[in-house]
Amino acid sequence: MNKHASDLKPEKIVGGVATDQRHESAHKHVSGTAVYIDDIPEPAGTLHGCLGLSTVAHGRIRAMDLSAVRAAPGVVAVLTAADVPGENDISPTGRHDEPILTDELVQFFGQPVFCVIAETRDQARRATLKAEMTYEELSFTVDIGALDPLNDKLVTPPLTLKRGEAGEAIRQSPHRIKGRMRVGGQDHFYLEGHIAMAIPGEDGDVAVHSSTQHPSEVQHMVSHALGVPSHAVTVEVRRMGGGFGGKETQSNLFAALAAIAARKLGRAVKIRPDRDDDMKATGKRHDFLISYEAGFDDDGAVQGVDFTFAARCGYSSDLSGPVTDRALFHCDNTYFWPAVRAQSAPLYTNTVSNTAFRGFGGPQGMVGAERVIEEVAFALGKDPLEIRKRNFYSTTTRNVTPYHQTVEDNIIERLVSELEADAEYWRRRRTIQAFNANSRVVKRGLALTPVKFGISFTATHYNQAGALVHVYTDGSVHLNHGGTEMGQGLYLKVAQVVAEEFQIDLSNVKVTATSTGKVPNTSATAASSGSDLNGMAAQNAAQQIKARLVDFAAEKFSVPADQVVFLPNRVRVGNQEFTFADFVRQAYMARVQLSAAGFYKTPKIHWDRDKGQGRPFYYFAYGAACSEVSIDTLTGEYVVERVDVLHDAGRSLNRAIDLGQIEGGFVQGMGWLTTEELWWDERGRLRTHAPSTYKIPLASDRPKIFNVKLAEWPENAEPSIHRSKAVGEPPFPLAISVLHALSDAVASVADHRIFPDLDAPATPERVLMAVERLKRKAKSLA
Amino acid sequence: MAPPAKATSAPFHAQTVSLTLNGENKTLQVEPWTTLLDLLRHDLRLTGTKKGCDHGQCGACTVLIDGERMNSCLQLAIMQDGKAITTVEGLAGEGEDLHPMQAAFISHDAFQCGYCTPGQICSAVALVNEGRAKSRDDIREMMSGNICRCGAYPNIVDAIEEVLAEQQSGSRHLEAAE
Repeated sequence: MNKHASDLKPEKIVGGVATDQRHESAHKHVSGTAVYIDDIPEPAGTLHGCLGLSTVAHGRIRAMDLSAVRAAPGVVAVLTAADVPGENDISPTGRHDEPILTDELVQFFGQPVFCVIAETRDQARRATLKAEMTYEELSFTVDIGALDPLNDKLVTPPLTLKRGEAGEAIRQSPHRIKGRMRVGGQDHFYLEGHIAMAIPGEDGDVAVHSSTQHPSEVQHMVSHALGVPSHAVTVEVRRMGGGFGGKETQSNLFAALAAIAARKLGRAVKIRPDRDDDMKATGKRHDFLISYEAGFDDDGAVQGVDFTFAARCGYSSDLSGPVTDRALFHCDNTYFWPAVRAQSAPLYTNTVSNTAFRGFGGPQGMVGAERVIEEVAFALGKDPLEIRKRNFYSTTTRNVTPYHQTVEDNIIERLVSELEADAEYWRRRRTIQAFNANSRVVKRGLALTPVKFGISFTATHYNQAGALVHVYTDGSVHLNHGGTEMGQGLYLKVAQVVAEEFQIDLSNVKVTATSTGKVPNTSATAASSGSDLNGMAAQNAAQQIKARLVDFAAEKFSVPADQVVFLPNRVRVGNQEFTFADFVRQAYMARVQLSAAGFYKTPKIHWDRDKGQGRPFYYFAYGAACSEVSIDTLTGEYVVERVDVLHDAGRSLNRAIDLGQIEGGFVQGMGWLTTEELWWDERGRLRTHAPSTYKIPLASDRPKIFNVKLAEWPENAEPSIHRSKAVGEPPFPLAISVLHALSDAVASVADHRIFPDLDAPATPERVLMAVERLKRKAKSLA
Repeated sequence: MAPPAKATSAPFHAQTVSLTLNGENKTLQVEPWTTLLDLLRHDLRLTGTKKGCDHGQCGACTVLIDGERMNSCLQLAIMQDGKAITTVEGLAGEGEDLHPMQAAFISHDAFQCGYCTPGQICSAVALVNEGRAKSRDDIREMMSGNICRCGAYPNIVDAIEEVLAEQQSGSRHLEAAE
């Protein structure tokens, strides 16, 4: 913790930008005093809700007998679709395909059908089980393996990106590959599950505490569901116990139901689903089937590539449009495809509607790009790293993406060459070859993969933010902005920006809970945009106040404006110096407004989806990772032995926070590609709905040696907030290196002559199956 | 406005339990089916202990029972008669602002969202007291009952390692993180 010395003329403030400050809630997190929504004292008479979920994957509700539910102890009300006073829809993109409670048609196993409101949570849960439901079952599709991406039902219009004539380029290439790969989904497993508590107010108003990354959307959804204007609904969230994208749209359901019940019953209502219900009834990362075809020359330079990204979207669109778009936007990763065609197929399935998850389709796109590179390397018998480098974007030529944006800030070559040296890639490559030659059972694998991640919401209008800054007469500052805190340190980073702007110690800046009543019409805290957008908006607010203060001082003390200078914790006016508090008090006495609403919109970006052209991204964030694994070829079990990461966060606002994001993102990405497997049974039931069956990385799974570095030299080529770069999502796909290292280890059982064709997640089971397959093939070739 | 909640359970089910909670003796009326976690969070308003999965699989609800780390969601409150329970709120000793493990978690940034942190810290305190962990690998293995979805494991292990080293060198108290 920072103890602030009472230095009257310090040279630097404590806690400005580019300093390693501790998380603003650190002391509260360790002492258990950080308040999450379930920790807020409940108003007297608070009721509790429990969802009644469907028990068929697809069917019509023929009868719904809720009499036993209503008669159960403690039950106050049972809500069905008929109880929604406004619009029974929470589709975030306005496609009207996602009812809060379904009335007739059930489209997935676990779809909310009714909601029990009782005196206690326990009573609500017990009562829910008493429902008598009769369904007429309909045929259903859970998996996309048998679907036709071109002809089967989609949940939202697909996208095609096209530059050059890919088909022609592939045909004319000396070598060609063609394949298909499965990439699994992922449950968010935020440690704090979904929760909403709605408190009714006067005039039919409602205040909702919602664990959400998108308070403004919750506000809109609740107002539509209630049939009241937005001004009647206030949504607040101080912090979440993790979000990862799972609380971008999925909070709407719980908030809407709590609000409907609170309005109807005139009492506070809290809905906090059981973990299993949370995992069954809320969306996950999209799993994909990636089909690819590529043509390349003798050196491994890709000439043309054609991708189809088919995604299991579930029963409704949710964010599947932008997610599958982003997969296409990342089908190049760091590679220049001279001719490319990439199309998406957001497929309808009878599963929960998939949603945002850190990376938002981008990582899946990159997995496709890396798969092509890997297979090209295999086809030519070359090291994949060599092929990677051969295909990197250049800086002045070979720098146009499949969506016709020019890559202007490319630093991947330098990042990779530094990591290659730091991690001693080639020396270890030789060591591993020697090891494998002498080790019968345990085989090692190595891979170095790059990352280029596009920063901005691809829906251009989302790239705006607001902030509210008040300076009080004692010199303390109240900061509020549209971003939400889910552990990523956003509140801290934005506070550092404001402290820097006013040149006051960080301890003088307090960030308060995100509330639709303070900063309106905000975007989701998503797309890694939190500090970029809100940092700029807060800086803008602080600059407005500073400008007023400068005008005031220049006039009062008859000095030119440039002689009013904000120094650490003080202000110099001509030859005089005042403490910041003294200075603002004088301004107040002179009736200067000490509060401002700041605003920011990202410049330069535009996107024409129909044409598939534009500049959807303000800039790119880069990184690279080198992973070494060892596998047991008799069991398929593996260990991640060592990981080296070099990542670009521009001129980091807070290196300690950014390193945490990189390490955490990597571990989470590793879980996605290795052990986290979602599994549905023949009835369409998700059977992996608790950590007992769904394997999240543990402390024991993290790489044994884990060297994570921020590159010292990059800065954002664009004037982002203090030239920093977004860091929420870009590190996540660094974990693709683990998948490729596993593939490399598997390939060693057949002397790297046979392509392992390893799908993700590469569970020990899949690794073992791949090992066995390669052994069999090698034998048949021998 | 809102009527007060009516008594939520039949009182004749309640049983008397005497226990020590964070150093304080308490005699409580509990229903036989109430978990220790619900007793702490709901009845006693000690909300530092978190409910993550409610199945004993995530470790967010870890508390110390007679010094041993336990998932409080799998413990019935009625079984705690005569036991000493320590939660994250009661870790700091007499006159201490923070327990050394809490201070180490701060100085090593051993959390992101913070939701698993109370459980991690309780688990780590017990781990050090158990005296079995000798290496980083031991810490990693023996902390594998506590999920951190943010993946702050490197810093969690660093924090625990520091306290372990301090304890092994005989000095219990760490300097508060600067």
